[in-house]
Amino acid sequence: MAAEDAVPVEIAAAPASALPVTASWLVTPALVLLALSPAFLVEGFRLFQLTLVAIYAVAILGLNIVTGYNGQISLGHGAFYAVGAYSTAILMASFGLPYWATLPVSAAICGALGWGVGFPALRLGGLYLALTTFALAVAVPQVLKHDALERWTGGVQGVFIAKPDAPFGLPLSADQWMYLFTAAIASAVFILSRNLLRSRIGRALMAIRDQPTAAEAMGMDLAALKTRAFALSATVTGIAGALSAVAVEFVSPDSFTVNLSITLFVGMIVGGVASIFGAVFGGLFVVFVPNLAEEIAGAAPGVLYGAILILFVFVLPTGFAGLLRRAAARFGRSNLANKAPQGR
Amino acid sequence: MEGLPHQLVAGIATGGIYASVALALVMIYQATHHVNFAQGEMATFSTYIALTLIQAGLPYWVAFAATVVVSFAIGVAVERVLLRPMHDAPVLAHVGIFIGLLLVVSNLSGLVFDYTVKSFPTPFDTGGGPMLGGLVSGHELGSTLVTLAVLTLVYLFFRHTSLGLAMRAAAYNPTSARLVGIRVGWMLALGWGLAAAIGAVAGIMVAPVVFLEPNMMLGILLYAFAGALLGGIDNPAGAVAGGFAVGIIENIGGAYIVGTELKLTLALAIIIAVLLFKPSGLFGRVVVSRV
Repeated sequence: MAAEDAVPVEIAAAPASALPVTASWLVTPALVLLALSPAFLVEGFRLFQLTLVAIYAVAILGLNIVTGYNGQISLGHGAFYAVGAYSTAILMASFGLPYWATLPVSAAICGALGWGVGFPALRLGGLYLALTTFALAVAVPQVLKHDALERWTGGVQGVFIAKPDAPFGLPLSADQWMYLFTAAIASAVFILSRNLLRSRIGRALMAIRDQPTAAEAMGMDLAALKTRAFALSATVTGIAGALSAVAVEFVSPDSFTVNLSITLFVGMIVGGVASIFGAVFGGLFVVFVPNLAEEIAGAAPGVLYGAILILFVFVLPTGFAGLLRRAAARFGRSNLANKAPQGR
Repeated sequence: MEGLPHQLVAGIATGGIYASVALALVMIYQATHHVNFAQGEMATFSTYIALTLIQAGLPYWVAFAATVVVSFAIGVAVERVLLRPMHDAPVLAHVGIFIGLLLVVSNLSGLVFDYTVKSFPTPFDTGGGPMLGGLVSGHELGSTLVTLAVLTLVYLFFRHTSLGLAMRAAAYNPTSARLVGIRVGWMLALGWGLAAAIGAVAGIMVAPVVFLEPNMMLGILLYAFAGALLGGIDNPAGAVAGGFAVGIIENIGGAYIVGTELKLTLALAIIIAVLLFKPSGLFGRVVVSRV
């Protein structure tokens, strides 16, 4: 009975929570300009931080595909990030591939791994999956440290790689080039993901999240879609990991502890679950807020971080993106404000 | 292989710890269908409280009892304050709260009691070294007995008291339970309190072995989860058996097969193997949901 009552609410909420405020064509050039400008306005560590924002945004977008849109809660996406980073580092250091050529390989490896994880994940609902992926995140640093892989992974020491210079003799510093390269890849991933999630497939993923039984009755292949969503999500997060290896110039097992997975999860919640733009806010949050928190709260950044997470779940379950969406609905088209989801 | 009997006994001793945490997990799961990620961190925090009380001069068992009571209160408070308002929220919101709780509690442990690794006293110090022909240390024997005592008490509580019956009823069928006058909300809070108390006992028993630091329970939580899954997440007795089994598998596997560096990966392997081949666990019911 309860399920029947819930149907109209879910269906009304699903598309509204998925689609951000419509970006008109005027907005696009402005966004491009906004994305390009930091490369020439800031430098050094700040630019590196912005590069990291773009990388984390992609990683959080990957997590959002499977958790936000498909409802499979993963607390282990740091594992895919780690595998992406290590694949790129090993391909560069041991096999001499250029950094750009490693991206598709790392993405494919992560996609395969994600498919492999997504398969047992089919058996798991909600919290089981969360705990299993959590176990994956805890196990990955141990595997990376293991002797059998040390020839490639460098064991506890990790792998050093060199930051690439700008190609074609462009008058850009390595930092500037890295930022522009990352921003370009990130934009491409965002646009592709947005198109996919707004298509038939994206609606199917959301239908499976909200009403699995109805979705199956409508002829959707739950098992295939869920494993593919996992694979795609791992691919996207793996690309972010690969970019991070190049940007940081170094990978080591201790960079990819369970805290990384938790960070991505926090970024997703704070940025906005099932929101594409939310991932950008999430990236900004996870890069800048820990520093701020350390300055404000002194030695207790973790406590503040956890408190912020709980606060968001209680007060702002749709995250920054939901807040903006509501604000836009109120000021822009007040007729839509009444219909905006109130965030269960 | 001459160490095999000792590995087996040590496995049973650590298995006891996993069994009690697994029991705590299963109890919360049965009552609320939550799996508390912060269970381990809450237990660590309780263990710090116990250490502080002992260092303040209280006798061991008084500190032990006080810690269990305080932990029970913390568990109830957490349910009342954080989870009660989110009762009807989607699972993702619950996971968000658990992760937030995990971050807050584990960092609070580090902040309040500092991050240095501390040793923890054991009341079972025989002083004379290993017992039973070198098979088992005093602490291993003592902690196993304490664990068994806790498990027996929990069993008796659920089986033979009216409060235990009320809690089972609230978990099994909240609507009907409410209709016969059981205060379902408080039963859930009570479940959280009990789980926190059991976690505290597990923390105090394991701390002398692994030493006390803020992340002490992270691996233990995973092993306990593996044990709970192995035994069947809806079956407390199964979870206990699963916890012991995982303890033995971990010790034997760590000693002879994968080595100590991959012990946590072994937990992951157990979880995935159970889910692939016997998702309901060894003693669990196969749940068929009606649509």
